[in-house]
Order: sequence, then structure tokens, then C-alpha cells
Amino acid sequence: MDLQHLDTPPSDAERAAVDALLGPPGSAWEGGERTGADLRRADGGQAARGRRDLLLPALHAVNDRIGWISEGALGYICRRLTVPPADAYGVASFYSMFALHERPKRVLHVCTDIACAAKGSGPICRTLEERLGAPGHGADPSPNGSPDNGPRPDGHSGSEVAWVESPCLGMCERAPAALAIEAGDPPGYAVSAPADPDVLCAPPKARPAGADAAPAPSSNGHRPEAHPTTFSPEALAPMPAEPSAEAAVPQAGDPGLLLLGRIGAVDPTDLDSYRAAGGYTALRRAIALGPSGVIREVTDSGLVGRGGAAFPTGRKWAGTAQRPEAPRYLVCNADESEPGTFKDRVLMEGDPFSVIEAMTVAGFAIGAARGYLYIRGEYPLALSRLENAITRARARGLLGEDILGSGFSFDIEIRRGAGAYICGEETAIFNSIEGLRGEPRSKPPFPVERGLFDRPTAANNVETLVNVLPIVQMGGPAYARIGTGSSTGPKLFCVSGTVARPGVYEVPFGATLRDLLGLANAGAESPPEPRAVLLGGAAGGFLRGDELDVPLTFEGAREAGTTLGSGVVLVLDDTVDLPAVLVRIAAFFRDESCGQCVPCRVGTVRQEEALARLSGGTGDGADIALLRDVGAAMRDASICGLGQTAWNAVESAIDRLGVFADVPQRRTLPLTTAAPSTTKEAP
Amino acid sequence: MTAAPETPAPSPAGPVPLAAPRRLVGVTVDGEEIRVPEGSTLLDACETKGIDVPTLCYGDTLTPRNACRVCVVEVEGARTLAPACSRKAEEGMSVLTDSERVRHSRKLVLELLGSSVDLSTTPGVPEWNERYDAAPDRFGPRAEPAPLGERDARHAGEHAPVDGAAAATVEQPAKDDNDLYVRDYGKCIMCYKCVDACGEQWQNTFAIGIAGRGFDARVSTEFDVGLPDSACVYCGNCIEVCPTGALSFTTEFDMRQEGTWDEERQTQTTTVCTYCGVGCNVTLHVQDGQIVKTSSPHDNPVTHGNLCIKGRFGYQHVQNAPGKDRVRGGGETME
Repeated sequence: MDLQHLDTPPSDAERAAVDALLGPPGSAWEGGERTGADLRRADGGQAARGRRDLLLPALHAVNDRIGWISEGALGYICRRLTVPPADAYGVASFYSMFALHERPKRVLHVCTDIACAAKGSGPICRTLEERLGAPGHGADPSPNGSPDNGPRPDGHSGSEVAWVESPCLGMCERAPAALAIEAGDPPGYAVSAPADPDVLCAPPKARPAGADAAPAPSSNGHRPEAHPTTFSPEALAPMPAEPSAEAAVPQAGDPGLLLLGRIGAVDPTDLDSYRAAGGYTALRRAIALGPSGVIREVTDSGLVGRGGAAFPTGRKWAGTAQRPEAPRYLVCNADESEPGTFKDRVLMEGDPFSVIEAMTVAGFAIGAARGYLYIRGEYPLALSRLENAITRARARGLLGEDILGSGFSFDIEIRRGAGAYICGEETAIFNSIEGLRGEPRSKPPFPVERGLFDRPTAANNVETLVNVLPIVQMGGPAYARIGTGSSTGPKLFCVSGTVARPGVYEVPFGATLRDLLGLANAGAESPPEPRAVLLGGAAGGFLRGDELDVPLTFEGAREAGTTLGSGVVLVLDDTVDLPAVLVRIAAFFRDESCGQCVPCRVGTVRQEEALARLSGGTGDGADIALLRDVGAAMRDASICGLGQTAWNAVESAIDRLGVFADVPQRRTLPLTTAAPSTTKEAP
Repeated sequence: MTAAPETPAPSPAGPVPLAAPRRLVGVTVDGEEIRVPEGSTLLDACETKGIDVPTLCYGDTLTPRNACRVCVVEVEGARTLAPACSRKAEEGMSVLTDSERVRHSRKLVLELLGSSVDLSTTPGVPEWNERYDAAPDRFGPRAEPAPLGERDARHAGEHAPVDGAAAATVEQPAKDDNDLYVRDYGKCIMCYKCVDACGEQWQNTFAIGIAGRGFDARVSTEFDVGLPDSACVYCGNCIEVCPTGALSFTTEFDMRQEGTWDEERQTQTTTVCTYCGVGCNVTLHVQDGQIVKTSSPHDNPVTHGNLCIKGRFGYQHVQNAPGKDRVRGGGETME
């Protein structure tokens, strides 16, 4: 391609970061030193353009090591991958974890989402603002981009650390949470949850560059095992190490657990420990059953997707497997970003080998040779655990060529998101992996026909895949006997908010909300009285405190006019400012809209504005009519599920909880020509 | 990539190869059954039946992006509405083009766009607003336009706190950084057509892309560099497809500013470009004896409305009378 590239050269560190991922450049055509031989060759065509999917990893490589992506770095990436600079800029600016101007190496992501706000993220943000200055990526938007933070009263220069307000970090059981990420070689991270401003604001200690990245070769010349992980395993000083995943599973140790049973019982970094606890027996059984046998068991089990859409997994796999096109792909959707959801993180941190084994079984069933595991960028520990698990599985021949002597070959590539909720949408995830902006595609065609790289693809949530292991082991019909007739199996619920023991709970479908909260409040003297429960996350809906007898099944939730979504059960008590929660939900959708279609791009803005008026005391009945109008159009005319559900929680809060029931019909300002509501009436 | 079906090579003396006859599929549009060739979109079907469906991001020479959603129709049995511009007609489909749901969504799309974008030069909008009873001002007073460069510096996934006192807009001063055309992104509805025309669908120059996210998404060069520093080759094919006048010839932009632009007084003459042997069609828009802009017929089977910089902007020699030039920025007038 005849592309015009940027003139600014990369710095040595930027070049090294990119080369560490892509290898040294082959010729001046892709950014190397110019030699006479380059005049007699031209690299191009499909070979040069075909590596576009490495754009996101390359942007990560620079952002991880330098902390931001300069013109020189972006230009070098573009030359290496034959990507037009304007295109790559569009991709880099799509993700919130990338910065395109200089910023401090350490960035604190402070969760201000619903669960953390209810547990006091507000005061933490105020403390950070006093000590570190206003939130932001530490650079002013002036062309030179130099951070304009003067010295702080407490002696900080203010330029060592930047802090930003973050959407849900998936650590709701330890709310309020904060995640620190520090660029370097390797990059470091630490979690402070419950967040401690003193620890967060402490000046970063210099880490010796590359110190823990490449251990010295031992005396026999054999290179000891380098860290197989992207992030340094040491938590950033002075922050504490993360608690083990077991701490998020109050039921840990219960022998009846099918999905969470190994968490706390096995060493998540050790393959032998996993195998001793029954690991990889499902894969052996799957190979004995054969691909169609596995699909039959999964179909018989009645398993449906656990990511929120509840599509039958067996049908998805059968549809993918019977397509004539090759290759076929498996995508494991670990971009868990629904506010209040953290089950997949706990699974990946506590039992990473089960995710890898389940992906292998799925790949075997649909006849895929490659699986992509797309994990959200805010999960460094889960990423490390999975990277380690894949390395170890590969070393034992459980990934790669001819797995377990079956003739089946399969490998897994991890792709890390960079701060975009929308990339959890099943087609946006394909675009993100392919190195495009994470915008959803329009359907049809559906992923089973044309998915990743336009090939038949099965995209499954982490929890869905992990369910496949017990299905293969016990057989589909036996699994189907768990739960209710049309919602089979066990389900993970992410319980957070005002409960005694927040965490991930495994219960069979059919338990009521009251049963679940009973588990979460077990042992509490006087369980807190819930005022409202957010079921299903920001895209779900609210239930009143007196509606706890709703059965937690797909059909039960539907009958109650709500959804289980991704399994969020966020309990709010009387102390919570519900209108502020709604404004936060609206701000979330505004921030996370990809911007492709008008109903969602502008509708989420108008929704937030109307809710800001209503919660600020200047709104009236016309604003509620406006919300209904905008909400109906978002639900009906948006391209993807984000826009279609962006009004769900707000609607249920108005209709079910009676939030804003006392606003005046009309304030002095004549505002609207609002049409009568087209949405359903309050129950 | 899927292999395209091979077209038989035409034999020199044989018959002209025509595409295989297309099967017809039956669809019901507003209760009336019609048959359209397989592969037709619902928009095609509506046009066959003479139903006027509003479109903004749809381009007759481009692959539909179905981003604006103003063309949505109700497909019976579907949970959500479907964009007519891209949804293919299927046998037995039943489509409503004027149901309550359709009217509501079209009205809201017009209101949401009208409240956030300057649609003053977008053809069709006043009639559609009337047809769908859209009131773009219902969201409150418009927020002040952003200073130039401010929107381009916004970071994905965050925005300034909102109090709801004013309705946010995308308005900002026009980007006027070269002699040939102006980018007035306060009028941009994010239809993606300029990006597609600049990129792999036509020009393969890739000077612009979509940057940012959500409400802050915008059409941008890399790092928002000016067009002269970008890969732009000034073919103007982006202007050709822009549905809102966000992209316009400098001549048109200046005349609109001066208040002298008057399409009533303009004539359009399609002729053949004189620069090379390809023979592209050029339509000259002339007002008061001066060429004020050029376009190109979209139905031209060779060029589909595309031109190069010479055909698009190289018309000054035609009207090089002394004292009549429109060269800006202190440019020399040729005697």
C-alpha cells in the first residue's frame, strides 16, 4: 500500500518496545535501517497488511513500557504493520487506557461505579484531588502536552502520578477499589481495595528497569524460566499484594460447588495441582466422545450463554461446526465489564487452567485450530494467571500439536482489551481483535457464519465455557437435572453492595433472590434491609426490597420484567442516593458508547442530561417523558445491545422504585412537545 | 477472504456476458406484496414501491454503514427495528415503513441529530422534521461551541460533569487549513462516508479516520494534523459524498459566509474533464458566470462520482479573468 507515514522517528525505548513484540524490522519498508538492497525490493500486499491484528498488542507494548503513545511510536507501529496513521490513531484514541500525549508513568484508576460509590469512592476521590490534583491523564490538552501541575501542598510534584475516575473495575466485593498501573519494562500494577488514599498517594519507588524481566542466565548456560507474564508479579510498592481469589468466594470449600470448587483448593499457578483436582479429565472425555458427541452433550445440557444474552450454547457450537468455511475460530469473551460483575475475574484468577481446558474442549467441538481469549485491560492478575496457565499447558502438550495424542491441534492467543466496555459485545470483540476500532458490526451476518476474520466463530463467555467441563464429565442430561426445566445448571452471581459477605456465589437456577441474599448475609446479626437490588448490571434492572421472592431463573426474571444479565446482584440500602446512581449509570453508557449510531451516541448524552436535571432539582415531568422517548428510540433503533439496554436500569428505577415520582409535572420553563409514552406502564 | 465467483472471460466475438438472472424474492411492504431481485435491500424495495424513506448516512456509491438509523423500518417478528439501507430483503419478510415505532425512532433520530449538530445545510431535514413532528430544540438551549482543537484532545471514556442546563453539541469552528476545501465538523453527523471514500472503498489514501469514542467520536487525521501535513491528495471525493455540507469547497464556504451563495441562481453543466484521457464527467456549478464548485455524476459507470485533484479543483483556468480570482491567503493573481 502506498501510505504516507509520519516523519517523527520513534525513541529507542519505543522502538525496542515494538520490536520486542514484532521482532526486528525486515527492511526499511517496515521501519528498519535503509540499505541499498531495499531499493530492489518492495514489501507489500497481503503479507504486509495481514498483520493488522497485531495493532492492539503493539499499542499495548508501547503504552506498557512508555506510558503513552507518541507520534514517533505510532508512526513506527504503522510502518511495521502497514497501517495508515489516521487509521491507527483512530484505534488508539478509541481505548481509554491509551494516552496520546505524555502523562505520568503511574496512573491510578479509581472505581467510581455503583458498587464502589455506595462504599465510599467519593471521599477517596476528594482526598486524591487534594493531594494529587484534578483527575485526568496528567497532561493538559495544549499542543506541547507538558503536565501543568504545580507543586502540591504536601510536597508532591504532582507529575509522578496521575489519577482517573474509572468505570467498574470488577472488584466490587472489595469496594471501593483502585488499580494502579505503572509503565515500565515490565509494567507493574497493584490493587488497593478497599482503596487507601495514603497508599495510593505515596510517591512511587523507582523500579530498576528490566530488573525482574530477564533473570541472568544460570551457570550451565540454560536460561532460567523468564517471567511468562506481561506484568511484573511484584505489586507496586508500597501497595499490598492482592488477596487470593478465594477471598472473593465465601462458599469456598463447599464440596458441592461445580464451578467454584477448585478455587482455594488448588494452586492457580500449578498445572499438577489442577490435574490432581480432576483437571483435564473433561478434555480426555471430550476426545473420547468426539466433536459431535461433545456438541450433543452440551445441547442436551440446556446450557445457555452466561454473558447476558442467554443464547443456547449447543446451537451456537453446532451452527459453527457445520459451516463449510475454514478456519473456524473460538473466542473466549473475558472482557467482563458490566458494572457489578466480577465472576469471570474470580474464575480466571482462582482456576485459570479450567478456562484453558474448557476453551480446548470448545475448540475441539467446533473444529477450531485457534482460540482467542480476549481479557479486559483492567485485569492484570487474571492476565498473568492465564499467561502462566497457557505457557504451562503448552509445555505439557495440552495445547499445541496433537493434544493428548488425539490428532487435534489447538492453541490459544490472549488479547488484552484497553478500556472499552463495548468490546464485550460479541461482534465488537472481533473488530478489536482484528486491530480495528471496537465498533459492533450489524447483524446479520451472525458470528457463526462470519465472525472473527470473517470466518465462522463461536464466541463464549468465560463462565459459559467453564460450565462445559462438568457437562462433559457428568453428561448433558445429568447436568440438565440441575436447576429448573428451562434454566439448567448452576449459576454464578456477583453479590455486592450492602450485604455481610459480598462475593461470587454459586447456586443452582431456581433459588430465589431471598435465598441468595440469605447466603450472603449468613451469620450477620441483623442483615441490612435492602431498599433496591440492581439485577443484571447497568444493562439490567432494579427490583424493590420487597420483591426478593423472584426466582433467579431466566424465565423468572423475565416474568418479573427484569433480566439476570451477567449475574449482578447489587444491593443498595437507604443510605444510597438513587438519583445519583442513575446519573452514574447514564454517564457510564455515555462514556462507553462507541459512537457509531445516532440513537446511542446522542441518546446516552441526552439521557444523562435529563437525569442530571432531575437529580439536581431542576427537572420536571417533561424530562421523564423525554427519557421515555429517548429510551424507546435507543431500545428500538440502536445497532447493538449497549444502546438497546442503556435505558433499562433507568426505566426500572422510575417505574418500579418510583424514583422521581415527586418531581413536579412542569416547572416554569416550557420545554417540550413530548409525545405520550410508548413504553410499558409501571407495574 | 472468500473467493469471488469467477466471471467468465468475454470472448471477443461472443455475446456480452450478463450477470446470471437474479431470483426474485417476495416481501410485503406496508401490507402490499412485491417482488424484488434477490440481494436487494429493503430500501430498494421501498423505492420500487415509491415509498420515500429518509436517509442520511446511506451513500449510493458506498457500502451502507447504517449508522444514522433514520431509515429504520419495522420487520415483523424482529425485536428491534432494521436499517432499510442495509438489511437485505428475504422471502416472506413483512415490513412496515410508517408504523408508530418507526415514526418514533425516526423522529428521535432527527431530534437527537438536530440538537447536537448544525443541520442548516443538510438537504431534506426541514421536510422530515415536519413529517415526523420532530422538535430538536426540546432538549434545552444548545451548549456553546467548543474552541478549535478541544474536541480533538478529548480522552476516550470520560467527559466533563454534566448539569443538564444545556444540550451538548459537536459544534466547533470550521477547520480551514488549505486553499481548496473546508472541514466544518460542527455540521458532521458521523456518517463515515468521507472516511470510506478516502479509504478502501474508493481513494485508498487513508488520510482520515474516525477517532475518539462515543459522543466525542470525530473524523480526524492522525493526531489532528492539518490537511497539508496529512496524506490528503485533495481529490475531494469526501466532499462529493458528504451529506450535510460539513465538507465544502472553500469557494462555497466563503460565499455562504458572505451570504452570496444562492443555489437558485446556479446552473449545473456536466462536461468531460480535459486533463487526461480517462474522460471523467465533471459537473460545473456556475453562479453569476463563475464556477463555484464541481461535482461528478454518481451514475457514471467508470468513476462513480470520483475525481482527482485536477478534475475537482483545477478549473481556475476557465475563469482566469483579471480581478475575478478567488485565490485566498494573499495568493498572486495571474495576469
